[in-house]
Amino acid sequence: MKFYRCHVLMAIDDNSLKAGVAAIETILKSELAKNNLTDEINVLETGGLGYFGTGVSMTVFPDKVTYVNLKEEDIPVIVNEHFLKGRIVSRLLLNPELTRKYNFNYQGRIVLDNSGVIDPENIEEYIGAGGYEAWEKALTVLKPTEIVNEVKASGLRGRGGAGFPTGLKWSFTAPLAADQKFVVINADEGEPGTFKDRLIMEGDPHKLLEGIMIAAYAVGATKAYIYIRGEYKLCIHRLEIAIAQAKEYGLLGENIFGRGFSLDIEIKIGAGAYVCGEETALIESMEGNRGTPRSKPPFPGVEGAWQKPTVVNNVETIANVPAIIKKGVDWYKGYGVEGCFGTKVYTIMGDVKLPGLCEVDMGTTLRSIITEFGGGMKEGKKFKAALVGGAAGVFLPDKMLDVQMDYNSLKDYAAVLGSGAILVMGEDVDISEMLWSVIRFFRHESCGKCSPCTNGNELLYKMIDDTRNGRGKEEYLDQMIQISEMMFSSCFCALGQSLLMPVKSAIENFREDFVKRIK
Amino acid sequence: MYQKIFEKYSPKKENLIYILHDIQDANPQNYVSEEAVQAVSEFLNISLSHIYGVLTFYTMYSTKPRGKNVVRLCESPPCFLKGSEKMLKKLREILGVRIGETSEDGLFTLELCACLGVCGNAPVMMINEDVYGDLTEEKLETIIAEIKGRS
Repeated sequence: MKFYRCHVLMAIDDNSLKAGVAAIETILKSELAKNNLTDEINVLETGGLGYFGTGVSMTVFPDKVTYVNLKEEDIPVIVNEHFLKGRIVSRLLLNPELTRKYNFNYQGRIVLDNSGVIDPENIEEYIGAGGYEAWEKALTVLKPTEIVNEVKASGLRGRGGAGFPTGLKWSFTAPLAADQKFVVINADEGEPGTFKDRLIMEGDPHKLLEGIMIAAYAVGATKAYIYIRGEYKLCIHRLEIAIAQAKEYGLLGENIFGRGFSLDIEIKIGAGAYVCGEETALIESMEGNRGTPRSKPPFPGVEGAWQKPTVVNNVETIANVPAIIKKGVDWYKGYGVEGCFGTKVYTIMGDVKLPGLCEVDMGTTLRSIITEFGGGMKEGKKFKAALVGGAAGVFLPDKMLDVQMDYNSLKDYAAVLGSGAILVMGEDVDISEMLWSVIRFFRHESCGKCSPCTNGNELLYKMIDDTRNGRGKEEYLDQMIQISEMMFSSCFCALGQSLLMPVKSAIENFREDFVKRIK
Repeated sequence: MYQKIFEKYSPKKENLIYILHDIQDANPQNYVSEEAVQAVSEFLNISLSHIYGVLTFYTMYSTKPRGKNVVRLCESPPCFLKGSEKMLKKLREILGVRIGETSEDGLFTLELCACLGVCGNAPVMMINEDVYGDLTEEKLETIIAEIKGRS
C-alpha cells in the first residue's frame, strides 16, 4: 500500500455538486501534478460532511482542517500555502467555533463514524476502517439465534419513529419455517425535516449493507430489498456501486464464505408517497400496487412481501447492527440511557445558527442538542418552540427544553422522538401558521384508504384554514383536538393517528397564537 | 416504441413502478400517456384501472402533458418556516402560471411537493433532477432565466 503525506477528502453530495465540486477537484489535481505533489497528497471523494451552506468543502488529514465555500481561484493558494509550505489558509476555514462542535472524533458516533472520513465508493476503505468484520464474525462464529439474542440484549429500538425493539421484531420471524423470507430496508425517508438516512447512505453505504447481511442471516432471509425514495439519486447510485463491490468481494452472493448461506440485495425505488414509510404500505408499493397500508395482523414478520415472512427495518436501525455484533452488547450499552441504549442521529433546522445533523447519546437534552450541535439560536432570535419528530411530531415550548431525548422520557410528556427531526422556531413564528402547514401536509398525504383519515384531515384543514384567514371560532380549537383524538383511535394506520400529537401540542402549548387569529 | 423499456424487465406486476418511471422519463412532455398505459397493460397483463390507480397515487407521475422542466417547490413545514409561501408567489409571478399549470412556452410546469430531505437549505425546490436550496426571490429569477436561456 502506498503512503501519502496528506489525505484530502472532497465532500461530494448534492450541494457540493451544485457548487461545482467537479471542476474544483480537476483543478486541485492538476495543481498538485504541477507541483509534483501527486505522490504525496492523495485526493479522495467522500460523502457530505453534515454541514449546510458550505458549498464546495474539503477536509485535510492529518491536519484535520476543513476548507469551505471554495472557489476555483482558492485552489492554487491552498496548494501553495498548505501543501507546499505547511501553512493553513485560515481565511478559508470553516468557522473554528463550529469546527470544534463538529469535531470528526467527537464521542458517540456509531452510525456516522465513517461518514465524511472514508470514500463511500471504495469498499477497501470501509474494510480498512474495520468494516465487514462483524459480518465475518456473524457468519463464521455466531449462530442466527445468538445474533437475535445479542440484538435483543443490546436494547436496540427502531429508529424510524415507533421505537419498536429490533431484536424482538427479528425473533418473530427467525423461528418461522418458510421457503422464502425477506429483509426489507425502509429508506423511504419522507418525514418532513428528516434527512439522516440520506447522509448514512451517501456517506457509508457499506455499513447499511453489512447490517442487512447480518439481519438476513439472523432471520434466515436469502433476499433483501432496500426501498428508497425516487428523489434520492445519489444514494441509489452509491448503493448500486456498494452492492456490486460486495458481490465482487464474495461478501454477497451464493454460499458466502463457504458457509452455505446465500444472500442477494436489490434496490427498489419509490415514486413519492409519504404513507409508504408505513411498513405494510411500503410492501404494497414494492409489489407494484398503490401504497396503501394492510390490515394487521398478520404482521409483516409473519406475512409480509408476497405473503412471506418479512422483517422491515429503518436504515439507521440497521446501521447500528454491525457495531453491536462486532463490539458487543456491553460496549453498546455504554451509550445512551437505561431502556434506550445507543445513539440517535438528529437533523436540526429552522432558526438555528448551524442547521445540519449530529449523532449523540440517547437521553441528551433538547437544550444541549440545540445549543451545542445546532450552534444555538440565530442572531437576535429567542427560542419559542421546537417541532420534534417531524410533521408527525410535537410542538415543545421552552419549559421543556431540558427534557431528555429518548423514547421513554419523551413518552412521559406525550411526545415522541419520531425520526429525530428538530425544527427550531424563534419568537416571531406564529404556531397557528406552522400547524396549518403540518395539517396541509397530512391532508395531501392521506392515502384515501380509510374515512377517519380522509375526512378527519379535510375537517381539520378547513378549521385551521378558516382560523388562518380570520374566519375561525374559538370552539374550533377544542373541536380540532377532539377530531384528532377520534382519528387517533379509529384511523387505519399511523398516518392518521399521528395528527393528535402536533394538533394537541400546538393548541395546548400555544393557544394564544390561535386566539389572536380568531379575535 | 415502448419495446426498449419492456425488454429491461420481466413481465411481473412488481416492475410496474419502474416501467412507469422509465416511460415518463423518456417522454419529452414528462408524462405517461393513455397509449403508454394501454401498452403497459398488455405487457404486464394487468388492468388499466390498476395502472391508473398506481399512476395517480404517487406524486412523481403525471397523466397530463407537462413542461420540459418540472418545478417542484417543497411545501413541508421546514421550508414553510423559511418562507416557501413567498417563493410560491414569486414563482407564479415569474412563470405566469398557477399550481399544476404549464407556462405558455411549454418550458415550465409548477408543482408543489413534500419534503425533499434537504431541509438544511430551506426553502428548497427541485427542477427535474436538480435540487436548488437557500432560495430567495432574486435567486428564483436567476435560476429561471438561466434555464430559459439554455432552452
